[in-house]
Amino acid sequence: MSRAKGFLSSPPPYCLKVEAIDRLVCLGIESTADNLGVGIAASDGAILANEVSSHVPPEGGIHPREAARHHAAEIGRVLEGALKAAGVEAGDIGLIAFSRGPGLGPCLRTGATAARALAAYLDVPLVGVNHCVAHIEIGRLATGAVDPLTLYVSGGNTIVAGYEAGRYRVFGETLDIAVGNCLDVFAREAGLPYPGGPAVEEMALKGERLIPLPYVVKGMDLSFSGLVTASAQELRGGRWRLEDLCFSLQEVAYAMLGEVTERALAHTRKGELLLTGGVGANRRLRGIVQSIAEEHGASPRFVPLRYATDNGAMIAWTGLLAHAGGIRTPIESSHVDSRWRLDEVEVPWRG
Amino acid sequence: MEGLRLVAKGAEADLWLDPDWNGRRVLIKRRVAKAYRHPELDREIRRFRTVHEADIIHRAKGAGVPTPVLYQVDPEGAAIVMQYVEGEMVREVVDRLDCDGRRRLFRVIGLQAGRLHGAGIVHGDMTTSNMIRAGDRVVFIDFGLGEVSREAEKRGVDLHLMRRMLTSTHFRHTEELFDAFEGGYRDALGAEADEALRRMGEIERRGRYVDREDRLDGDG
Repeated sequence: MSRAKGFLSSPPPYCLKVEAIDRLVCLGIESTADNLGVGIAASDGAILANEVSSHVPPEGGIHPREAARHHAAEIGRVLEGALKAAGVEAGDIGLIAFSRGPGLGPCLRTGATAARALAAYLDVPLVGVNHCVAHIEIGRLATGAVDPLTLYVSGGNTIVAGYEAGRYRVFGETLDIAVGNCLDVFAREAGLPYPGGPAVEEMALKGERLIPLPYVVKGMDLSFSGLVTASAQELRGGRWRLEDLCFSLQEVAYAMLGEVTERALAHTRKGELLLTGGVGANRRLRGIVQSIAEEHGASPRFVPLRYATDNGAMIAWTGLLAHAGGIRTPIESSHVDSRWRLDEVEVPWRG
Repeated sequence: MEGLRLVAKGAEADLWLDPDWNGRRVLIKRRVAKAYRHPELDREIRRFRTVHEADIIHRAKGAGVPTPVLYQVDPEGAAIVMQYVEGEMVREVVDRLDCDGRRRLFRVIGLQAGRLHGAGIVHGDMTTSNMIRAGDRVVFIDFGLGEVSREAEKRGVDLHLMRRMLTSTHFRHTEELFDAFEGGYRDALGAEADEALRRMGEIERRGRYVDREDRLDGDG
C-alpha cells in the first residue's frame, strides 16, 4: 500500500490553514467493541501513534462486560504505549476525542470515562466522535479519497454511505445482523476460530461447489439472518463439505454486498469507492469491489488494515476535524449513545 | 427503420428502446451478467428475477396500479420486452415541483403503494427511481425484488425503503413528502396501514449492533 505512506507527509487539502501553522495534537480513544485503541494524530494529517489492545473472548462472540473489563484493565498501558510511540508528552496533547457510539454500552462507557478524566486532568477540550464517521474519515485520509461512496463492513456494521449536503447519507445497510456477525456465528457453529471472517475465507479457498443459500437484497438494504440460519442448518444436516459451505456462504454474502454497493454507486455516481471495516480485508470481497469500481469508472480505494479495523487513530483524526468544525462536547453532556446513527451526525468540516 | 438504442444502464439491467418491435415502441430490459458473481448464482438470480418481475407486474395491474404492458419474457436471456412508458423518473421530478405538486404526486404514490400491499404484493425496491410520472399517472416499474406477501414485516421494509430514499436523496422535503405518501397509503390500505407503519418505525429503530444483553442496560 504505497498510498498509505504518502499521506503521512502531505497534509490533506481540507485541513484548515490556521491549523497547519498552529499544529494541534489530539489523542483519541476507541472502545466500541472488542478493540481498545488509543491513537494520536496531528492537525496536519500525521498519525503519530495507533496502539490497539484486543479482547479475545475465550469462546463465542463478544461479551460486552468482559470486553469492558479488559478495556479498563488495559487503558493505562495502551495510553502510555501511544504517548511513547508518538514521542509526545501528555502536556503536548491539545484535544481529547472518544468514540461516543454506536457500539456496546459497557465498552463505550469505559472509553468515555477515561477520555473525560484525561480532558479534565489536562484541561483541554473534549470531542465525542461517531465511530462510523471516523471509519470514513480515516479511510479518506489513508487512501487520499476525496468524496467516495463507502462500503463499511465489520462485525457490528454493514453500511453503504456517501456525503451529501452536510451529512453522510446512508443509502443501504443491513436490516438485521452485520455481515461480520453472520460469519462469526457460522464459524462458531462450525467450530472455527473467532473472528469468523479469516477462518471462513481460508476454508472457502478449498471449496468449489455452490450450495443454494438465501440471497436477500431489498432495494439497497440487505439481510443476513436468513443466510446464517440456512448455512447452520446445512452444516448440521451434514450433506456438504465444510469447505463448500464456507465457499457458498462467502459467495452469497459478498455478492449481496456487491449488488447493493453497485446500486448505490449507480445511484450516487460517485467517482471513488472506498472499502473499509475488518471484513474489508477479505480478498474475495476486495475483488468484487475492484470489479464494480472498474465497471462504473470509479477508483477503488482499500483502507490499510490497521486503519480499517477499529482503531484509535481514526477517533483522534476525526476529533481534529470536528474540533476544526467548531464541535465541542462538554464533559457534563458527554454521555455515550450506543445507537448513534451515522446519518444523524453533522459534518461541518466537509462541504 | 431505426434500430435499437441503449437508453439507460442501470446497476442491474441495460434498458434498450426498440421503436419498431412488431410495430410497437418497446423497452427491452436485459439483466446483464455480473463478472463479480459466481456464474451459477448469477444465472439463477437473473433468471429468477426476470420471470418473477413479469409475474408481479401482471398482478400489480390487477390491484389497480399502473405498470407497463408486457409483450415477451425470455428467462434464459434474462430479458423482458415491455411497453415503453413515456415520462420522467419521479426522482428527477421532485425538486422541480412546487409544494402542492409534490404533495399531490406523493399522495398518488402512497395510494398506489397501499393498493399493492392491499392486494398482497410488496415491491421490494420502493424508491423514486422505480416510478415514472406519465402525465397524471405514476407508473411503477422494476418489480424484480417484489414478493407475493401480506406480512407486516415485508410491508414495513417497503415503507422503510421509501422513507430511506426520502432521507438520503430527497432530504430537503423528507417529512412533507412522507406525510403526503402516508396519507395516500392509509386511504388505500385502511386499518392495516397502522401495523405496516408501526413496523417501519421498528425497522428504523432496530439496533444494528447484535447484543441482546447490552440492550437491557441502556445508555449512560
